[in-house]
Amino acid sequence: MIEGASWRRWIFFYIPLTAFIIALLFPFYWMLVTAVRPDRELYHPWNAPNYAPFWTLHPTLEHVRDLLTQTLFGTWMFNTMLISIAATAISLFCGLLAGYALSRLKFPFAGSLGTMIFITYLVPQTLLFIPLADIIRNFRLGDSPWALILTYPTFLIPFCTWLMMGYFKSIPKELEECARIDGATRWRAMVHIIFPIAVPGILSAGIFAFTLSWNEFIYALVFLSSPEQKTVPVGVTSELVRGDVFYWGELMAGALLGSIPVAFVYSFFVEHYVASLTGSVKG
Amino acid sequence: MAQVVIRSLNKKYEEVHAVKDVNLDIRDKEFVVLVGPSGCGKTTTLRMVAGLESITSGRILIDDRVINDLPPMDRDIAMVFQNYALYPHMSVYDNMAFGLRMRKFDRRDIAQRVQEAAEILGIHELLRRKPRQLSGGQRQRVALGRAIVRHPQVFLFDEPLSNLDAKLRVQMRVELKKLHDRIGTTAIYVTHDQVEAMTLGDRVVVMKDGLVQQVGEPLELYNEPANRFVAGFLGSPSMNFATVKVSRDNGAIWAGNEGLRIKAPPRCMDRLGRYVGKEVTLGIRPEDLRVASAADPAEVGFDVVVEVVEKLGSEILLDVAVGSDTMVASVEPSVRANIHDRLRLALNPERLHFFDMQSEAAIRRD
Repeated sequence: MIEGASWRRWIFFYIPLTAFIIALLFPFYWMLVTAVRPDRELYHPWNAPNYAPFWTLHPTLEHVRDLLTQTLFGTWMFNTMLISIAATAISLFCGLLAGYALSRLKFPFAGSLGTMIFITYLVPQTLLFIPLADIIRNFRLGDSPWALILTYPTFLIPFCTWLMMGYFKSIPKELEECARIDGATRWRAMVHIIFPIAVPGILSAGIFAFTLSWNEFIYALVFLSSPEQKTVPVGVTSELVRGDVFYWGELMAGALLGSIPVAFVYSFFVEHYVASLTGSVKG
Repeated sequence: MAQVVIRSLNKKYEEVHAVKDVNLDIRDKEFVVLVGPSGCGKTTTLRMVAGLESITSGRILIDDRVINDLPPMDRDIAMVFQNYALYPHMSVYDNMAFGLRMRKFDRRDIAQRVQEAAEILGIHELLRRKPRQLSGGQRQRVALGRAIVRHPQVFLFDEPLSNLDAKLRVQMRVELKKLHDRIGTTAIYVTHDQVEAMTLGDRVVVMKDGLVQQVGEPLELYNEPANRFVAGFLGSPSMNFATVKVSRDNGAIWAGNEGLRIKAPPRCMDRLGRYVGKEVTLGIRPEDLRVASAADPAEVGFDVVVEVVEKLGSEILLDVAVGSDTMVASVEPSVRANIHDRLRLALNPERLHFFDMQSEAAIRRD
């Protein structure tokens, strides 16, 4: 808290904080208002009488109904869910083992290998999708969930590995040594001692990976073409924008419903998640 | 029933030769303390016995069985770590039971052994708690408990008391000693604290730069240090050293410099004889110095100027200037001395130590 006169607190704390919160939350509010605003208000000219852009007096669920009945939104949700969960599971599994190995085992080039994995994470997807598209075509995986389930880990595994590596390094190695003296093999020490302690780290890696794959756009846009294979971000933007016609109500309703699972996952694990960012085991 | 034998043990990291040709014979039920400054190789040695570090060369035997290539779990040892290494997600009971479960003990046996150990250590009422709900001393007990439930052949302690505050450390030191008397398991204990080493060890191994400097019973090391390092390392305040020149005068051997001139006692004559005309290091412990009285012969006394007076209650420590050297004398609490006072101190000639200037080894009878 800032000490001193109240005007200082207002200038340096309350006003910037309020501005920040408004800037952060306004898009969500806009999304919500647009989703429930009836069409006749949506396409109102800005200088019409009684024009109220920031609220509506006639909220309606017609866009949501249209979205669920007139489009394949349900299928997109299912696709996105399936792909995100599968890609997250694969990446977590690999990231967990790789992170453990890089942080605990002594083998040649362990250090440089870790850095290389991190560098692969830095290659922009906007470049990587070109060669990947070729690979997907050669393996005839195009237009199927596998195209994404197998390509998302290309950026998720480095991410999870790096995160888990950092977390494992924060766990004192004596715990494991003690377990091994106590009669556990390295594998059992890892499973019984290290992984349970690393749960906050695993959860945050999982949440991040899930969110990244849920929101992923460019691979989904390039690798999937038929409407019934699409994910929410791609489906909403490609099927609800026809030529120069924007179905704003449905678009916003789609965005709103599409962000619910991510928000749910976050709120559910937020405590663990915060714990893992603020530190781990103390002696 | 376990004796530990270490034969020409070496550990080399890429650049560093951490442990050099260590040889040790640890008898059954013995409590051996490895002591030395940090980086002396004591912990590395212990970790090689535990199987946590690979052995570059040499052999380690427990009960005549070479254990060099056995994994830690098959060595039948238990180790207590400096940071306790309690499993934070398990209760105290589970922490203590973990090793037994890994070894497939049956449930009743585990419960009985954990209860037994908990009673010995007085942590009965803590069994359901998680480590984070315990104080430092309680965690230390749990770590000990986890080691004793297994009834291992050898206990390994890696500076187990360093994380405790001073008072608790003294208390746990006494308890460790009692515990060892009661259980009688062979123990190897690593510490950098010479007081812990002296009080706990049946025998003490002093190490420096990967080399064993001296092995022996605590008082043997204290009274007859093998070299200057051991002499200075053990004892608090530590031994005073002064460079002196040896001379022969009137059939007696004298050691002196600008500040003092001491007549060497007869038992030192022959061993100092070959150093006549050369310089040696004289060592004298603070408690072997006293304020000279009229009864003291002139050849054991020397004049000093008091620089600092530390009144500790049971004794007074005088930091004094002797020529260009400084020394610490531990004198009776009844002595009245002030800063800048000139005093005459006397030393106990029977308790003088002499060290070779080059090798730093103690000069002993040939």
